[in-house]
Amino acid sequence: MAQATVAPKSMTFGEGGTAIAFTVLALLSIVVAAKAYTPEYGFHAYLFAAGSVAAVFALFNRYFDRPAAPAPLVIDGKPNYNMGPVKFATVMAVFWGIAGFTVGLYAALELAFPVLNFDLPWISFGRIRPLHTSAVIFAFGGNVLIATSFYVVQRTCRARMVGDIAPWFVVLGYNFFIVIAGTGYLLGITQAKEYAEPEWYADLWLTVVWVVYLLVFLGTLMRRTEPHIYVANWFYLAFILTIAVLHLGNNAAIPVSLFSSKSYIVWAGVQDAMVQWWYGHNAVGFFLTAGFLAIMYYFIPKRAERPVYSYRLSIIHFWALIFLYIWAGPHHLHYTALPDWAQTLGMTFSIMLWMPSWGGMINGMMTLSGAWDKLRTDPVLRMMVVSVAFYGMATFEGPLMSVKAVNSLSHYTDWTIGHVHSGALGWVGYVSFGAIYCLVPWLWNRPLYSVKLVNWHFWISTIGIVLYITAMWVSGILQGLMWRAYTALGFLEYSFIETVEAMHPFYVIRALGGALFLAGALLMAWNLWQTVNARQAEPAATPALVPAE
Amino acid sequence: MSLWHKHAIFEKNSIVLVIGVLVVIAIGGLVEITPLFYLKSTIEKVDGVRPYTPLELAGRNIYVREGCYNCHSQMIRALRDEVERYGHYSLAAESMYDRPFQWGSKRTGPDLARIGAKYSDEWHRDHLRAPKSVVPTTVMPAYPWLEATELDFAHIEDELKVNAALGVPYSPEMIREARADVKAQATTDAPDAAALLKRYPRSQARDYDGNPARITEADALIAYLQVLGTLVDFKLYDDKANIR
Repeated sequence: MAQATVAPKSMTFGEGGTAIAFTVLALLSIVVAAKAYTPEYGFHAYLFAAGSVAAVFALFNRYFDRPAAPAPLVIDGKPNYNMGPVKFATVMAVFWGIAGFTVGLYAALELAFPVLNFDLPWISFGRIRPLHTSAVIFAFGGNVLIATSFYVVQRTCRARMVGDIAPWFVVLGYNFFIVIAGTGYLLGITQAKEYAEPEWYADLWLTVVWVVYLLVFLGTLMRRTEPHIYVANWFYLAFILTIAVLHLGNNAAIPVSLFSSKSYIVWAGVQDAMVQWWYGHNAVGFFLTAGFLAIMYYFIPKRAERPVYSYRLSIIHFWALIFLYIWAGPHHLHYTALPDWAQTLGMTFSIMLWMPSWGGMINGMMTLSGAWDKLRTDPVLRMMVVSVAFYGMATFEGPLMSVKAVNSLSHYTDWTIGHVHSGALGWVGYVSFGAIYCLVPWLWNRPLYSVKLVNWHFWISTIGIVLYITAMWVSGILQGLMWRAYTALGFLEYSFIETVEAMHPFYVIRALGGALFLAGALLMAWNLWQTVNARQAEPAATPALVPAE
Repeated sequence: MSLWHKHAIFEKNSIVLVIGVLVVIAIGGLVEITPLFYLKSTIEKVDGVRPYTPLELAGRNIYVREGCYNCHSQMIRALRDEVERYGHYSLAAESMYDRPFQWGSKRTGPDLARIGAKYSDEWHRDHLRAPKSVVPTTVMPAYPWLEATELDFAHIEDELKVNAALGVPYSPEMIREARADVKAQATTDAPDAAALLKRYPRSQARDYDGNPARITEADALIAYLQVLGTLVDFKLYDDKANIR
């Protein structure tokens, strides 16, 4: 170190402040760990302590390694995009996707063959099922949304992401939340509200991460060099804001003690039911729909090399969708003790919701005008277009099931599970896979290892989805009809257990469908792994001209 | 200048877009949720509904911990077949002290809103230990660890206190006696059972898990299951009383 550096290196406010905050959190966690009421909560406190210490170490390590000057915003007149956190979230999305599909397959097999519960608390169905739903929605879906939103907001704003530590805090902090939530379920730490199972301390942590996520996203929008905010970013912004509101409302709880993982929710009974499904349905509406529509609005036009079909339709689509979705929650509570007026409102708005949903589908589909031929040669684009078709199907089925008469049959049965999975596997899954197949080659700047493998992935998963949803339609409608079947003498025809026995073949078929979907995802992981390692399965094709037919 | 061009204000100003989104998403939730807190017809007044005893509350927390809501609903809908299969349709008042509510969304197993007093404690014990021993074709997992695990109720007063702070009518006496009440309710012929019954009408004190030596998680869970749906006497319930 003979030469004196030009600019002396000093710690930024962000680096120092974050390091202090994590030091405090580490100390607090150690105190909580020592005084925790249960060993399970103590384990989580130690995880928080270990994570905080690792964060402080990483901050100092990064400080010593980095150059004195902050990363430039622009290099040679081009934005200096920050793609590190995007790469990390993309890798985590693939990892959690495989994990979540595997747990789902196991849960499905437990229902078909209950011996697989092995009399063990950690893997019994009641604990595994929330692990599956959270892993696929929040771990897989969440990482896809964070990765794509950080990518899209930079590219469409032509600006480097705001923040130095903050984007890394978002992706690492979010994945830490996933670990806390997932291990908690297996250990029996849950507040037993569907899709909002994590307990109060995990919720608090997620709130901090989410606020930083919002600030990074919003800050990057404000830094844009484009005059207009691109449509995909409207959807991302609505998703981030609304999830924040829903999360705070639905998880309002008072912990028994700082040293207890247990909390009691401030809402009770019928009010809690309404708040829960206001949250629950809009987790679907804003997490699994608005967020992934943002992906549709960026990746489909980009991949098809065509502009979005209609600008006006996207304006109507956006405002109508976010306005109507919020009302739809009570359709989960038909014929219950929720007042009738609320049920009727929920049903009415759910039916109206059909229109903006199909408006969005049309906008996505018609974007392919003039590029339909690409579906023959590009299985990635095909995957995304089929996802929009599944979106259209699921958003037709949803309003249908929200009609009270239909719901009286479908509610409490597997029909609901089938409906959710046509949306989750077909729409969310496929549009995510499509985006990941686009992102990995773009981020690592090398061509995809094998397009043929994408084709295999597409067909194997599609067969899996079809098996899954048809099995659930049949079992759901069958069970619903059996429950309400009467003999000629006016007695209920079937005992409950007879309806359970009738489900067995469909549970086996459903597990087979899930296995195929998982197999497809494993092909994707292999394909992406080879891509990142710069391998090529197929030699670059020399274009052979085929006469037009 | 057409109306479409006015939309540019949202596209060119991120804060305006944020405000626009927040306003639009607030309306539906406000209209559907807030009236539930002040419309008296939301939760009718019903005789018999009372807060859970400390043992039942501890049992409920085990029900929550094991994720029973993933397969069992606690909400009988006002439909003919459900009322004939499970009993009177559920009233809002019957879950007014439930934090969180456990209405559920899926019936892989039957509804449990009125499971109380339908089966014996022995049946529940066998069923939780090995479900197939009483229902050969069931798909329910076994829960053998419940009867093998001592119930942890060291902090039961704190649990009642938090509920009381949220509006559940637990009196200072109930909170003070919470630990004694757990022991009394899990014991057959307990001397304190009369005091428990006075604090919590219709509560039943007995050794639920068949092991008088210990108070286990099975004691708590079975006590909870046995009280479900039994607090309202539907011979006396007047379903017209709350219509105004």
